[in-house]
Amino acid sequence: MAAVQETVDRVRSIEVDAYKYGFVSPIQSDMAPKGLNEDTVRFISEKKGEPEWLLEWRLEAFRRWQTMEEPKWARVNHPPINYQEIYYFAAPKSGPAPKSLDEVDPELLRTYAKLGIPLVEQEILAGVEKPRVAVDAVFDSVSIATTFKAELAKAGVIFCSFSEAVRNHPELVRRYLGTVVPRTDNFYATLNSAVFSDGSFVYVPPGVRCPMELSTYFRINERNTGQFERTLIIADRGAYVSYLEGCTAPKRDENQLHAAVVELITLDDAEIKYSTVQNWYPGDSQGRGGIYNFVTKRGDCRGARSKISWTQVETGSAITWKYPSCILRGESSRGEFYSIAISNGYQQVDSGTKMIHLGRNTTSRIISKGVAAGKSQNTYRGQVSVHRLATGARNFTNCDSLLIGRECGAHTVPYIEAKNASAVIEHEATTSKVSEEQMFYCLQRGLSAEEATALIVNGFVRDVLQQLPMEFAVEAQKLISISLEGSVG
Amino acid sequence: MTVNSMGRARAEGRGMLEIKNLTVSIENKVILDNLSLTVNAGEVAAIMGPNGSGKSTLAYVLAGKPAYEVVSGEILLDGNNLLELEPNERALNGLFLAFQYPTEIPGVAAMTFLKAALNAQRRARGESDLTTPDFMRRVRESAQALKIDQEMLRRPLNVGFSGGEKKRFEVLQMALLTPRLSVLDETDSGLDIDALRVVAEGVNALRDSKRAFVVITHYQRLLDYIKPDVVHVMAKGRIVATGGPELALELERNGYRDYAEEAA
Repeated sequence: MAAVQETVDRVRSIEVDAYKYGFVSPIQSDMAPKGLNEDTVRFISEKKGEPEWLLEWRLEAFRRWQTMEEPKWARVNHPPINYQEIYYFAAPKSGPAPKSLDEVDPELLRTYAKLGIPLVEQEILAGVEKPRVAVDAVFDSVSIATTFKAELAKAGVIFCSFSEAVRNHPELVRRYLGTVVPRTDNFYATLNSAVFSDGSFVYVPPGVRCPMELSTYFRINERNTGQFERTLIIADRGAYVSYLEGCTAPKRDENQLHAAVVELITLDDAEIKYSTVQNWYPGDSQGRGGIYNFVTKRGDCRGARSKISWTQVETGSAITWKYPSCILRGESSRGEFYSIAISNGYQQVDSGTKMIHLGRNTTSRIISKGVAAGKSQNTYRGQVSVHRLATGARNFTNCDSLLIGRECGAHTVPYIEAKNASAVIEHEATTSKVSEEQMFYCLQRGLSAEEATALIVNGFVRDVLQQLPMEFAVEAQKLISISLEGSVG
Repeated sequence: MTVNSMGRARAEGRGMLEIKNLTVSIENKVILDNLSLTVNAGEVAAIMGPNGSGKSTLAYVLAGKPAYEVVSGEILLDGNNLLELEPNERALNGLFLAFQYPTEIPGVAAMTFLKAALNAQRRARGESDLTTPDFMRRVRESAQALKIDQEMLRRPLNVGFSGGEKKRFEVLQMALLTPRLSVLDETDSGLDIDALRVVAEGVNALRDSKRAFVVITHYQRLLDYIKPDVVHVMAKGRIVATGGPELALELERNGYRDYAEEAA
């Protein structure tokens, strides 16, 4: 309850429309010329000092992208995007890459401190064991700092920016890049393959349990800039890693494009837990501005008994188009998807998952909680597909939608296909409203309408919140209440 | 009107609760018809009446439930106009409604809800939030008296609660929130005799000279355990008779027929 209260206080203390992370940092950028052609791709590759094979990889993606069309099946509307009006690369202007945290531009460190992400490796105080989190901070197109690298290296864990991985671990990058989300996968993923800038790379060697949470914090700062990060996480045999990403952007009147690709790979007995707290700028109360979040996230349970678990708390973005998926290839592998998607104002969410059962005795579980308020539209779109050889596959899906007010919409679009008669697939879905009875009951006890809504919604999403790592669950709970601000008339 | 401006000023010679010529309709149908009623501090007033006489409507209108249209009349609590206040402001001014059908709120532990409500009321009085140990101690004491075990308080609010558990939890909230005016809407319905006794004892323990209770019931049974000071009989949306506890016994013998006819 303490957290709910704190949230409500925070909601009160900010003005309607005040997106807390909406500030712009005065940092000079080194930018690619506006627009997209082969030269842009070469520019990015050269800026990053990439090897020839990667440039070729990008160029092939770019050529393919030119033949593709934007997907039209999602329940979202937006004016056409002019891909020639976007800057595809923006890097904070500074000297040579910083070798340690001491060399990072203090303005950048201040920006992250303001966002509540301290880029320091705090000493553990005597007797006080606080959970530590290693952070990779990505600012516009580049990673500016990664903490706790040395300590992780002791355990054999590689956690660095994508660019660094290309330089220092090319064999790993080459072996796994594009093997889960192929360059030809879809319009946005292919665009990303051509122009991706930076992102995080994680490799956990066989049998290693990563000693701390890993986290990447994405920040868009520049105007008219797209962010195209690429994340690749590999858990080798018997390894385990828990990873969290967070994201924010300044308030701007124009829409900005975020088209990321995330690829996860688990080998035999490995497990990746991937959590997202997405809080991109959602646009103002009139629906102006905000991030278009068109993201392709996919995990491949390549090894037997391996497990990939996606947990997402989606509160930001003008439009969310995102389906973190699992390919359950390894025998007895398991995929999980836990989602809270909250939409308010004019936000549009079309999100869900795909569970592709290829191996025998594979299992998957989907728990989706959609909360729609204001004039927003919130769609769950999910696919469960059991292939011919996936004997003994099981899926359980539960999609609940909660409506606040009369002008929003919730939609559930499940696609279910089974080509193996032994498959057991369960699908439950409910749609409910915050009822007048519930509100009145809370008010009668002295709670304000805002407190009551926060309480009811937090109760609704509780099952999923419990899946988040402790310290982020509290943060997420606050975020949920803040994003519902103004939803009660 | 803010909570603070309400103050505690008692108007001279008036009851704590004064309902004057109240007419209420829902979807153009008149439910309360020019009803007047006074309840004094320290008093337990029973309101009895047949089904459909408007008893529950009266409880909801006092608490400010939407959908009821107050056509005319006024309701004063300590001389202040309740009808100008939002439902939560009424609660913060000391009005409590024990619901006939308490609402389920999935995912919200009963304990969490209690703490939210208690702290909302404390803040309105300018007091600081309770510390968790302090809160737990208070809950444990009150819960014990009502035979509520801690396990029940960890369950989501009213979800899967038995009829008796729901009513006991209503009385627990009443005990912790210390309202000055408590309205109990058919708190006896759906209770077996043991649960009824526990609930009644819970209410009796709260009686004092500064508080008042409006006990709405269909049956005399509850009044064996909660002894009323005054009994009002309600029929067709108005108070048709007022008397002492003996009135309830008379109703038990003769039923409501006489009064229903009188009101017609």
